[in-house]
Amino acid sequence: MRELHTGQAIQEALAIAMDQDERVFLAGEGVGTSIHDNPLMPTYGLLDRFGKKRVKDTPVSEAAIAGLAVGASNMGLLPVVEIMFFPFITLASDMLVNHAAKLHYLSGGKSTFPLTVRVKAGLGFQAGCQHSHNLEAWMAHVPGLKIVFPSNPADAKGLLLTSIFDPDPVIVVEEMGLYWASGPTPEGDVRVPLGSANVLKPGGDVTVVAYGTPVYAALQAAGALEEEGISLEVIDLRSLVPLDKETVLESVRRTGRLITVHDANRFCGFGAELAAMVAEEAFHSLKAPVRRVAGLEAPVPMAPVQESFYKPSAEKVMEAVRSIL
Amino acid sequence: MITRKPKGNVRRAMLSDMIFIRAFEDRLAELAAQKDALPGMQILATGQEAVAVGVIGSLNPDDVIISNHRSHGHLLARGADPNTLMAEIMGRATGVNRGKSGTLHLIVPEVNALMTSTVVGAGPPMALGAAFAQQYKEEEAITVVFFGDGAAAEGSVHEAMNLAAIWKLPLLFVCENNCWAGAQSLAEHCAIGVIASRGSAYNMPGELVDGNNPDEVLETATRLAAHCRAGRGPALMEAFTYRLRGHGEHDHQHYVDPEELALWKGKDPLTTYGTKLTEEGLVTLQDIQSMEMEAARRVEEAVAFGQSSPFPKPEEALEHVWVNSPRDRQ
Ligand SMILES: Cc1ncc(C[n+]2csc(CCOP(=O)(O)OP(=O)(O)O)c2C)c(N)n1
Ligand SMILES: [Mg+2]
Repeated sequence: MRELHTGQAIQEALAIAMDQDERVFLAGEGVGTSIHDNPLMPTYGLLDRFGKKRVKDTPVSEAAIAGLAVGASNMGLLPVVEIMFFPFITLASDMLVNHAAKLHYLSGGKSTFPLTVRVKAGLGFQAGCQHSHNLEAWMAHVPGLKIVFPSNPADAKGLLLTSIFDPDPVIVVEEMGLYWASGPTPEGDVRVPLGSANVLKPGGDVTVVAYGTPVYAALQAAGALEEEGISLEVIDLRSLVPLDKETVLESVRRTGRLITVHDANRFCGFGAELAAMVAEEAFHSLKAPVRRVAGLEAPVPMAPVQESFYKPSAEKVMEAVRSIL
Repeated sequence: MITRKPKGNVRRAMLSDMIFIRAFEDRLAELAAQKDALPGMQILATGQEAVAVGVIGSLNPDDVIISNHRSHGHLLARGADPNTLMAEIMGRATGVNRGKSGTLHLIVPEVNALMTSTVVGAGPPMALGAAFAQQYKEEEAITVVFFGDGAAAEGSVHEAMNLAAIWKLPLLFVCENNCWAGAQSLAEHCAIGVIASRGSAYNMPGELVDGNNPDEVLETATRLAAHCRAGRGPALMEAFTYRLRGHGEHDHQHYVDPEELALWKGKDPLTTYGTKLTEEGLVTLQDIQSMEMEAARRVEEAVAFGQSSPFPKPEEALEHVWVNSPRDRQ
C-alpha cells in the first residue's frame, strides 16, 4: 500500500468528503491561509482547491467557531471545524458541552448536530501547558459527544471520514507529532468505523490498551519484552466514545492483566474508566492489579528534559509489566 | 493630534530601551535558527518596540502589567532582568520561572508583570480581576493589559471591557494592532477598521495612536493612565504598528505582500526614532552606537548566563502544581 504522512492522509479525507458532499465545509483559524506553508499540514492546499466559500478562515474566536458548527449542522450542513490546540477547546466548550452534546437530547431526538471538531493536540514541541494538555477524558465524560483519537495515517483518514458523515458531534484529536509520520494509507473513501479497537499485536500475558502516539511506546515495550519471553497484546482503541468494550474485555479475560497507557495524567484519566470497566466486567479474570501508565500529575512542562520525563515511554510500560508479572 | 514632547532624558531612555529589546530579540532569532539552541517556538515583537517602551514609560512601579505570547518587549521595558529572562527562554533552572514557562507565558512578579497568557484573549479578564483588587484595596495603582488585534475578536475581551466600564475599574486596555493574527490580516479577521472606536461601545475613551512613534504612545498612555488612576474607569488605547517578522520564527511570511512589508520596514521605529532624535540634537550617532554596543554587551551576558545554567531536574516538573503538593496525587 502507498505511504502517506498523517497530515496528508487527513487532507485526503477532507478532500474526499468535500468532493463527495456539498454540505461539507471547513472553518477555523488558518485552515485556509496558514502560517505553516507546509504540504504536510492537514488543510494545506484545500483553499486553492475548494475556494473561500467552503474553506473559511475565521478570527481568533473559538466560541464562535464551535457555535458555527452547532448552528450550521442543525441546518443540515456538515461542518468540520478546527481548534488550533487542545487547551483552547475550553473556549469552545460551552458550545460543545452544553449545546452540541445536549440539544439532540433536549429536542427529544428531533434535532441533530452532525458536526466534526478537529483538535490539534499532543506534546513534545516545548510549547508548555497552555498548548499541550490532552483533555480527552473531559470530553469523554460528556454524554452526547464522540471522541476519536487516531495513531496512524490510515486511521486518521478513515476515522475522520466516518466522523464527518456521522450523525452526532465528533471530536477528532489529531496529534501534531503524527503529521510528519508516515504509514500505509488506503486510497479512496475507505472508512474506519467508530467504536472498533485495533489489536496491533496479539499476545497472551498482558493486555496493554493505548490510543494515539502512546501505542508506539506500548509496541516498543512489547518488542523488547518478547525477547524475554513475555507476550503483550497491544490494543489501539482508536475511539474512546464509542468504546469497543468487547475487544478490551475479551483480551483481559485471556491475559488476566491490564495496563493502560495515555499521555494525559493518570488522575481521572481515561485509563481510570478502562480499569473500572475491567473491574466491573472481568474482575474474576484478573490475575494482578491493573496498572495505569500516564503523564505526570502536573501540567505538561516546557523544559525539554521535563517534557520527556512527563511522557509515558516504553521503559515505563515495561516497568509496569514487570510489576504485575 | 498635537503631541507634547516628553523630556529629553525620557526620550533617550526610550530609544536605548528599544535598541536593547531589538538586540535581545534579534539574538533570539539567531538562536532559533540554530538547531536545539532554544526550546519551543520563538514569538518576537520586532517592529513593535515603541509600543512597549511608550506604554511602560507611562506607568508607576506599583502598576500591574498583564502580557501575552509576544511579551519580551513589555517585560524588558519594564525592567525585568534580561539574564533570568533569557535563561527562562532557554528552559534553564535559573530562569525567571524555573524553566516551567519558556518564552510563551513569562511571569515576572518582581516588576509587577503578574500574569501572562499565551491563550489569546485571556489577558483582559485577568486584568479585570487585578484592577478590581486595586480598586477594592483603594490603591493608586492601575493595571495595563496588552492584547493583539486578533485577541480583540475573543468574547473574553468584550466581557472584560463591559464589566470594567460598569465598575469603573482602573484598567488600561492596550490593543497592540500589528495588522496580523497569525496568517489572517486585519481586514480578514476584524469587522471594523479602528479597534479603538470600540471604546464608545463600552462607554470608555478609545484612542488610536501611531504605535511606531514612542512619543505619541507615551503621551497618550500617560493621559489615559491618568484617567484610569483618577477613578474615571477604564480606557482603551489602540497602538497601530506592524509585525515585521513572521508570527513566530517558523513562519516565513509567505502570505505577506512584500511591498507592504517593505513599506513598514521603512517605518521601523528604531530607525525613525533614532533619526528623529538625532535631527533634534538629542543624541548623536555616536550615542546611538554606544547604546547599541551596550545592548549587545548585555545581551551576550544574558546568553552566556543562560547557556552556562543547568537545565532543571526532571523531577522538578512535579513542583509548583499546588502551593503544598497533596500527597495522594504524587
Ligand atoms: C485561544 C487561542 N486561540 C488560538 C491561539 C493560537 N494563536 C496564537 S497567537 C495567535 C494570533 C493572535 O493574534 P493577535 O492577538 O493579533 O496577536 P499577535 O500574535 O499579532 O501579537 C493565534 C491565533 C491561541 N494562542 N489562543
Ligand atoms: Mg496581531
